[in-house]
Amino acid sequence: MKQTFAIGIGGAAGQGVATPGDIFAKIFSRRGLHLNAYNAYQSIIRGGHTFLTIRTGPERVTNMGDRLDLLIPLNQDAMDRHLRLLASGAACIYNSETIKPGAAAEGAELCALPVSKLADITRNKVAQNTLAVGAGLSMMGIGFQALEEVLTEQFKKKGDTVVSENIGIARAGYDYATANFRPFHWPLPMTGNRYAVLSGNIAMAMGGAAAGVKFYCAYPMSPSTGVLHWMAAHARKAGIMVRQVEDEIGVVNMAIGAAHAGVRSMCATSGGGFALMSEGLGLSAMMETPIVVIDCQRAGPSTGVPTKTEQGDLWQMLGAAFGDYPRAIAAPLDIGDCFKIIPEIFNIADRFQCPGIVLCDLLLSEGRLSVDPKDLDFAPVVDRGELITTAYSGPNGDGVYKRYKITESGISPRAIPGVAGYTHTAASDEHDEDGVLISDEFTNPTKRRAMMEKRMRKVAGITAAVPPPVLWGPRDADVTLIGWGSTKGVIEEACEILSEQGISANQLQIRWLVPLHGDAILDILKDARHTTIVENNYSGQFARYLRSETSFVPDGYIRKYDGEPFMPHHIVEAVKEQLSGKSTLSVPAHEILV
Amino acid sequence: MALAATNQVATADLKGKVDPDWCPGCGDFGVLAAVQKALVELQIPNHNVVTISGIGCSSNFPGFINTYGMHTLHGRALAVATGVKLANHDLTVLVTGGDGDGFGIGGNHFVHSMRRNVDLLYIVMDNQIYGLTTGQTSPTSRLGMKTKSMPFGNIEAPVNPISLALAAGATFVARGFSAEQKHLTELIKQGIRHQGFSFLDVFSPCVTYNHDNTYQWFRPRVKKLEDDPGHDPADWMAAMGKSLLWDDEIPIGKFFERTDVPTLHGAEPVLNAGPLAHADTRIPVDVTRAFVEELM
Repeated sequence: MKQTFAIGIGGAAGQGVATPGDIFAKIFSRRGLHLNAYNAYQSIIRGGHTFLTIRTGPERVTNMGDRLDLLIPLNQDAMDRHLRLLASGAACIYNSETIKPGAAAEGAELCALPVSKLADITRNKVAQNTLAVGAGLSMMGIGFQALEEVLTEQFKKKGDTVVSENIGIARAGYDYATANFRPFHWPLPMTGNRYAVLSGNIAMAMGGAAAGVKFYCAYPMSPSTGVLHWMAAHARKAGIMVRQVEDEIGVVNMAIGAAHAGVRSMCATSGGGFALMSEGLGLSAMMETPIVVIDCQRAGPSTGVPTKTEQGDLWQMLGAAFGDYPRAIAAPLDIGDCFKIIPEIFNIADRFQCPGIVLCDLLLSEGRLSVDPKDLDFAPVVDRGELITTAYSGPNGDGVYKRYKITESGISPRAIPGVAGYTHTAASDEHDEDGVLISDEFTNPTKRRAMMEKRMRKVAGITAAVPPPVLWGPRDADVTLIGWGSTKGVIEEACEILSEQGISANQLQIRWLVPLHGDAILDILKDARHTTIVENNYSGQFARYLRSETSFVPDGYIRKYDGEPFMPHHIVEAVKEQLSGKSTLSVPAHEILV
Repeated sequence: MALAATNQVATADLKGKVDPDWCPGCGDFGVLAAVQKALVELQIPNHNVVTISGIGCSSNFPGFINTYGMHTLHGRALAVATGVKLANHDLTVLVTGGDGDGFGIGGNHFVHSMRRNVDLLYIVMDNQIYGLTTGQTSPTSRLGMKTKSMPFGNIEAPVNPISLALAAGATFVARGFSAEQKHLTELIKQGIRHQGFSFLDVFSPCVTYNHDNTYQWFRPRVKKLEDDPGHDPADWMAAMGKSLLWDDEIPIGKFFERTDVPTLHGAEPVLNAGPLAHADTRIPVDVTRAFVEELM
């Protein structure tokens, strides 16, 4: 089993859970350690309960894991909720003046900090947090220098006095722990690597910048708003026009307008906002104007649970907007992939002049991961497709150009406004090759059929342009776990744990949902001994989709729809239960009360 | 062809691929003719003009004029037009549509486009009825008007587009009458030249479904603001007062104009280097390196 170390920090919103989390994350990544962070929170600005998990280690860390090594409760509620999660070898650092410890498991250490004796709490309201960070790092065997550097950066805007005060408090916590608490038996190592730590939302925004997006607009909606925030903050340096719009209907139509005028145009939302965009998606398809829409899924339906994760929007994406039209839908597999997938789907959207949908979720959008900076490639392949941007110089002139020319590929060269010699009207009504409406007095079933077939021929091209999925792990495994999008990391770790326990497992993770490559999937699965589909929703949306496309029915299902992501042991235990024949549908219970 | 040979914009260059399919006598013919005349008089090459509409009888407009055109979704023309203008602010953007499209289903975009001062001319062919759906009450139908959807008479007060535009911050607010060609052409020219959001509400009678607000009804009532020596288009309060006049005397002409408000594209420094449609897709390496460094 790989070495990892996980910290849980819990408290009320507004108590400053994020800052110690950021400090730990920076120190770990600068030691060359990988990390994964996930914040469980609610739709509240002050109060409630927030629980941040940061897991680190020298090898890739892809999910929150199963175990806490260090708990830092910032209030009694956090202590009461989470102390029971600690096993032997773990520790809990807490303010002994305001928080009463409960009964800890044998071998779990309770580390009481006499906060007012170590810091002047009348001057510094979050002294307990800083003391706990100092104490924790001492127990992890990390030198104080690293913390001093990060605190200096963190507080330098507030002046030298604030910097030295915080360093003093952190030092007091560090020294007190060195003298009084037992260090963790596995000190955190150091490597020569350096990582960027980012959320999926930042990754998708930067992926957009890398893809050459010049227009981004949005209406704020959790958990997609982080994309807007990065775009807005970096717009002027990146040369991107960023607008906050009155509603998501305006968003998608504005994005289409900008795309039509010739720029790469992107927007992000969550399920509710996407519902408002769906008519616009059909407009993009009908006018053959490429846009990319990101859907950051949250637990639905309706307003649902705005701060919780789910993979519940798949069928909305498959059915978005009426009528048949070509579309591409991709689900990023991890936060690094959130970056990479954007230039890829833009190339598909541009080449085939159709909408591209990125199906992300809160787990990736708001989670954070260490990513090798080399994987953040700002010079990816950019293929704008058949775009006409220079004036007509042929013999005939205006009136010859057919915007929707019938071609074998279904792709018609696209002229952008402002280019002389190519004036035409792009219409949401059905139209002929030259753009003239056939929906009114000129309706003609032969023409309608020809235009439908022209557009739908692009599907074959899209399918050829997108690679089929591949199987990871031993071909001849006892169990094959099938997942899509954000569950990649946790399924991967579950496979490793199963193998260690003598059950060999492999994984088929789907990244492109449309086109699906059903034949390739069937070919992979035909030799599988026991197949289980793992997904973060109630009804098995992917299982139903796979069945509708391929007639494939798996041996079992693992589903979770409580708002929280899978932990590896949820999958491991469910697989064992299913292999023993006890069940074909497992719904693991989430043990962390958040 | 005439365009290529002489570089002069002629009326023939602006003729669409098909003739309008509006009912004979429809007010929209007059608006189309006035727009074509204005573009000829202003000598704007047709490839630099984008005509954008929503859905409805009048929204078929882009198909009847030879410019770049977009015939979008019901109510969404202004949102699409904002995207077009921000991606390429060198283009002249015209938005054309009806009262249902603009003030009903598109009401939200109408208000927000005006407060943003997007640089475009928005022409509403206001016939106070839904025509393409064969005669239902519209947001500008008068109280008491009987339609298929309100057969016992409209009990909802109509919206006042001029007052609404003034309140929402439109920087050019005018009203025309389809039967007053010269006057309408002049307003369209001014609206195109105006830097910012130009709103032009045009009485464009529906000869098929609106038997209340006919050419005969409008003719004796419309009075040109330009004929009133006391009218000062810089006076917002006075414009608001004039906007409330109805029934016996209905003002047409330019109610209000101010030129001291920056346009949306003018206020955003990202566009200082020129239209984004011509921008390099690659961001300089030192900039992207700094983006990554922030995260380390």
